[in-house]
Amino acid sequence: MGDVPQLPPFERFYRDHGSAVLAFLRRRLPRETADDVFQETFLRALRAYDRLEHGEHLRAWVLTIAGRLVIDQRRRTRPTSHDLPEVAWEDGRPAYAQLEHLAAALPPTERAAVVLRYGYDLDYDDIGGALGSSAEAARQAASAGVRRLRREGIA
Amino acid sequence: MTVTPELDDRFRSAAAGEGLLDVAFDAVESPIGPLLVATTARGVCRVAFTTDPEAHLDALARAFGPRVLRAGTAVESVRRQLDEYFAGARRDFDVDVDTRPLPSFARRVLAELARVPFGETTTYGTLAARAEAPRAARAVGSVMNRNPIAIVLPCHRVVGADGSLTGYAGGLDVKERLLRLEGVLL
Repeated sequence: MGDVPQLPPFERFYRDHGSAVLAFLRRRLPRETADDVFQETFLRALRAYDRLEHGEHLRAWVLTIAGRLVIDQRRRTRPTSHDLPEVAWEDGRPAYAQLEHLAAALPPTERAAVVLRYGYDLDYDDIGGALGSSAEAARQAASAGVRRLRREGIA
Repeated sequence: MTVTPELDDRFRSAAAGEGLLDVAFDAVESPIGPLLVATTARGVCRVAFTTDPEAHLDALARAFGPRVLRAGTAVESVRRQLDEYFAGARRDFDVDVDTRPLPSFARRVLAELARVPFGETTTYGTLAARAEAPRAARAVGSVMNRNPIAIVLPCHRVVGADGSLTGYAGGLDVKERLLRLEGVLL
């Protein structure tokens, strides 16, 4: 063992990473859903916790659990271009609002990909999950959208 | 981003409610100062005099498993019984205790200790004899000293052969107050 950090009591793990997990979720999900997923994230962490062998990379570990639950959540709700989730940002201004007038000129899939990528700052895995496609298809839809906006002189 | 108290409570109650914890603990206020109370699925595993529950987390995790979490709902019954005890409305604690991690001698001594009734005292020597180790009064003293479940396991009722209070993890003044509360010292 030596320099490998020991697994801390769960209380300390939860206190050290709770805020980061909540911030991660609130950036990606509507507030109420984020709160539910926050609880589910730490319950899952708790179920797996005594199987961990050491205390290394715990932040990454718990964010991975949270990230998977975000994808599950998006699959369940399948937001389309007409049905984007409300995202309240800390400063109270939804970032996607600034993109809406740009993206309105796009076909639905490209529009959703552009808004999720540049408005919500999701990675392509998450966008693929949201659109029910692969990460690569999501990347192509976003870049096709951006090309179209450029071509039409909007962006 | 701060986890709101509501969200925090909701998670802690759910964790305890789903039986996912090795140890649930909380701080409990009492007339003799702040206590740490901890329980496992089998019973109370800690009642300690402390202002700093944090200092007990590692020891609890080593003894019972790493899933140690503050969860007030899980210690509610013990909290209520302690309140009643301090209010003079309870003589016996209706709880199981979990002494699994202790050596067998200590467990035997603590099991005998649990039989010493409210309002009575015994001596280290007597307790040693009852635990079938009549010459081990000193070893019994050290088990009392490290009693992990103070008050519920009444080590304050154990005094020296000459009736002196000898010692107490919570301080001699606390031992005296508990014995007064039970009507032993007038």
